[in-house]
Amino acid sequence: MQNGASDVLEEFRRGNPATFGPAFEALFRLHQSAVYGWILRMVRNPAVAEELTVETFWRIHQAHARFDPARGFEAWARTIATRAALDWMRAQRRETELPVDVVAPMSGDPAVAEEIRRKTALAFGRLPPKLRAAALLAVVEEMPHKEIADALGITVAAVKVRVFRALRLLRRDLERQGIRP
Amino acid sequence: MNGHEDEQMRALLKHALPPIGEAELMRDLWPAMQRRIVARPAPPPWFDWALACGVAVFGFVFPATIPVLLYYL
Repeated sequence: MQNGASDVLEEFRRGNPATFGPAFEALFRLHQSAVYGWILRMVRNPAVAEELTVETFWRIHQAHARFDPARGFEAWARTIATRAALDWMRAQRRETELPVDVVAPMSGDPAVAEEIRRKTALAFGRLPPKLRAAALLAVVEEMPHKEIADALGITVAAVKVRVFRALRLLRRDLERQGIRP
Repeated sequence: MNGHEDEQMRALLKHALPPIGEAELMRDLWPAMQRRIVARPAPPPWFDWALACGVAVFGFVFPATIPVLLYYL
């Protein structure tokens, strides 16, 4: 089984026209769900995640010669998926809703709580994509910092800095809107 | 931002954006992948372009070699 898997990876890396297609299909079928799940955590939209999964494997298809078997396919695919998701986040039009000068303290009122939730989500959408991705994976999804660092191609310390900056910017944005968490 | 404020922001963010967790892919994406591969065939490698440019420049500098080159093609 192990030999079979490593053979598939080697055929994929080599790119021999006779064997590349079946090897790529095998890898696609094996990893599509994991790649989709990773992307969905960042983009939070199933249709977009499906589209970006295909985009990720298209990039993998094109870059097969650069695959390093020592690193493992899943980690490599996750890095490419993260880049594809970040590209998509950058391409999205930034949320341009103007700050609303309404004081909305945390309270038990469901309507107020819903308004705070909505404004928090909108303010989060205004953060730079790199900070957003780090905060989503670390704070919301509670993924291990090491996995996030590998996927983003940065150090664990840099992940922590990005999360801290994301939370600080989010807090400032909410305070400008009169929301004091 | 102190530790307490940090915790508050984390809680607020998690409330606003609940975790997705382990999501299941609802359909096989291989047919979409195949369509993508057919629709966007791989571009020629950069060295193919470099070789073509080199031949074009060579032909421009030494036009007398063009019939020889065509003869051998």
